[in-house]
Amino acid sequence: MTFDMGRRALMAAAAAFALTGPVAAEPVVDSIHFLIPGGAGGGWDGTARGTGEALTGAGLVGTASYENMSGGGGGKAIGYLIENADSQHGTLMVNSTPIVIRSLTGVFPHNFRDLTLVSGTIGDYAAIVVGKDSPLNSMDDLLAAFDADPSGTAIGGGSVPGGMDHLVAAMVMEAAGKDALAVKYIPYDAGGKAMAALLSGEIAALSTGFSEAVALAEAGEVKILGVTADERVAAYDAPTMQEQGIDTTFVNWRGFFAAPGLPEDKLVMYQEAITKMYDTPEWEAVRTRNGWVNIHNSGDDFQTFLEGQEQVIGDLMKKLGFL
Amino acid sequence: MIEGLLIGLGAAFSIQNLLMVIAGCLIGTFIGMLPGLGPMSIIAIMIPVAITIGDPSAAIILLAGVYYGAIFGGSTSSILLNAPGVAGTVASSFDGYPMARKGQAGKALTIAAIASFAGGSIGALLLMIFAPMLSTVALLFHSAEYFALMVVGLSAIAAFAGTGNVAKAVLMTLLGLVMATVGEGALFNMPRFTMGLMDLQSGFSFITLAMAMFALPEALFLVLNPARSAQGNGGKIDNLRITREEGRKIAPVIGRQSIQGFFIGVLPGAGATIASFLGYAVERNIASKEEQEEFGKGAIKGLAAPETANNAACTGSFVPLLTLGIPGSGTTAILLGALIALNVTPGPRLMIDEPQIFWAVIISMYIGNLVLLILNLPLIPYIAKVLAIPRNYLIPFILFFTLMGSYIGQNNATELLILVGMGICATVLKFADYPLAPLLIGFILGGMLEDNFSRSMQLYDGIGFIFERPMTLGLLVIAVLLVVVPSYRARRAKARQEGVAEGD
Repeated sequence: MTFDMGRRALMAAAAAFALTGPVAAEPVVDSIHFLIPGGAGGGWDGTARGTGEALTGAGLVGTASYENMSGGGGGKAIGYLIENADSQHGTLMVNSTPIVIRSLTGVFPHNFRDLTLVSGTIGDYAAIVVGKDSPLNSMDDLLAAFDADPSGTAIGGGSVPGGMDHLVAAMVMEAAGKDALAVKYIPYDAGGKAMAALLSGEIAALSTGFSEAVALAEAGEVKILGVTADERVAAYDAPTMQEQGIDTTFVNWRGFFAAPGLPEDKLVMYQEAITKMYDTPEWEAVRTRNGWVNIHNSGDDFQTFLEGQEQVIGDLMKKLGFL
Repeated sequence: MIEGLLIGLGAAFSIQNLLMVIAGCLIGTFIGMLPGLGPMSIIAIMIPVAITIGDPSAAIILLAGVYYGAIFGGSTSSILLNAPGVAGTVASSFDGYPMARKGQAGKALTIAAIASFAGGSIGALLLMIFAPMLSTVALLFHSAEYFALMVVGLSAIAAFAGTGNVAKAVLMTLLGLVMATVGEGALFNMPRFTMGLMDLQSGFSFITLAMAMFALPEALFLVLNPARSAQGNGGKIDNLRITREEGRKIAPVIGRQSIQGFFIGVLPGAGATIASFLGYAVERNIASKEEQEEFGKGAIKGLAAPETANNAACTGSFVPLLTLGIPGSGTTAILLGALIALNVTPGPRLMIDEPQIFWAVIISMYIGNLVLLILNLPLIPYIAKVLAIPRNYLIPFILFFTLMGSYIGQNNATELLILVGMGICATVLKFADYPLAPLLIGFILGGMLEDNFSRSMQLYDGIGFIFERPMTLGLLVIAVLLVVVPSYRARRAKARQEGVAEGD
């Protein structure tokens, strides 16, 4: 009885955790070990496993293995990769915008410059949304409501104060010429609860990821007031911040990093495999299933992009008093 | 609605979907029995399987089956091993485990099975009737009301204060609340009380703490105090059946808790845990004085209440998920992710656009509950035999699964050190006769309590929300009554007894 239970669990676990595809001819890389700085089921986990699935499925990579290493909100995995750099040449670590934010606040002792930048692969824009019955219909309406009653126009989000959703809200208000410090930001610990708060009228607007906003808008629950993209996104026709006179853009990227001191030839191999991945039907399937947007920045472009983001976020956080 | 029901019946009774319900319940029950593996991890494991099925109705039916199965299986490890793997079944161990120690493991499992079945089925019935209406009610709850609801949940500790030392129970609750503040809260971007340790940055994990407070001290106690385990009747399972009188006793409990649990489950973020604690507290408070004495020592009512409530609440949590697209708990959040991956967007339009999915899920809830009952009743004698395993095999087995449970999911070896360290502290506390359950209740509710309190403070620029929102005030008054009335009654009864003694 008890043995049986154990075996079932192991079998189920094996089925879920060893998703390795068939090996096609001529893989670019023999194997990749993905290091995931968080537990199973999170955004980083989905990105690493999805990318691994597409890479092996398309035959670009022979086999993929995965390791979840949570702790320190992701900081533990970064430290591990740096400390064991010499033995980790076969490892790619997934990460995203928080590595920039958390390095700035000092929560992480390291930052992205301590790692080898492989490439940014996908991203999601941010959006400001309101409930479907809200009297607000545009960013102008929201700004007018804010001017009339700053303290009664609370904006919610799924991150801590000083986290991504807060920074986006502050960035937008700042770009619209308002005082970012006067924005009443109410944090919720998960996107779902923030959504419930929006529908119940506890908060006036919600700062959230664009893909999440699209799902809610398609379900007829919210109106998207503005998107932080350069131009309208094909997935859903919603106005950008820029076309409403608010000059700001923001991308929450996700991408891959390798250990410091990774040999150049290895780095080129990884980057080649990822670049080729975008044209495969396997990637397209994974991407559509997850609602990701391709935002590809390889090598030096990735560095420029990250430095730019660090600058913008750092300035804003100083202004808000988080640094 | 009738038309929708028929569509749902047609969909749910297809051979494929029936198989899905059965498979889901089986997988959920067996994996859920392992201490430390909660519904969240099991559903996460099953999602790739569900997605490959392709048909959204079948996939959600499979996952929902896994969900109920896991909750049900989780009670098994709570009752038999005192090792709750999910916060929602912590309250089931309060009286379930003492029952098992008294040699009534079979009866405890039977009560759990029947209570779960009733809670789940009545919940599904309520879901069918009220789902469209309830989605608006859930939205009346703001952060202020959630804060008050958590306070009501905390009053459940009164149940433990009554049986032993009030000061000790309050002290342990405070300790639990303090432990909940470790790590990065949702409201501050700096880690608190981590002593510079990276592993504490996300706070203590619930599973680790539950194992350290309940399962580990229990296993150590069995080693240190062999006399106590000799009291067990060597795993002989007698009284599998519930007597007519016992049935009469728990029937009203099940009735009340199905309804109460369901409505608490409807509130996003409250869920099965609060429902089970509140169910336990409420039933203890309205029980007669002699019955109150029994609570915590193996009262059948004390087991039936949380078991009914947590299952009803699980069903209730589908209301905000299906009608608003709002996940009320971690588990429903994972389910929502799976639905979106299957191109189903839950929300107010789901019932109109894709009635077959909406109704098939509801119908399969009945079937799922029935399958669980049919599946589990005959198996109970075998499951209960776990206790018949000799101590020198059972204890390593418990220790192994306890360690595994806290390692899995996080894959962090430091969790093991925390687990052992806390387990030793908990054992010392247990020897000193401090109740450990209030600590866990404080820990579970502490995070939500603080988040909602500080949100309300921010929204209302101070503490004014308590008076500005009548529902908040009302809930807080209920919480005070739940604590004060029982202790006042106990004190008066004691005074009367002493008076009689003096008169003699």
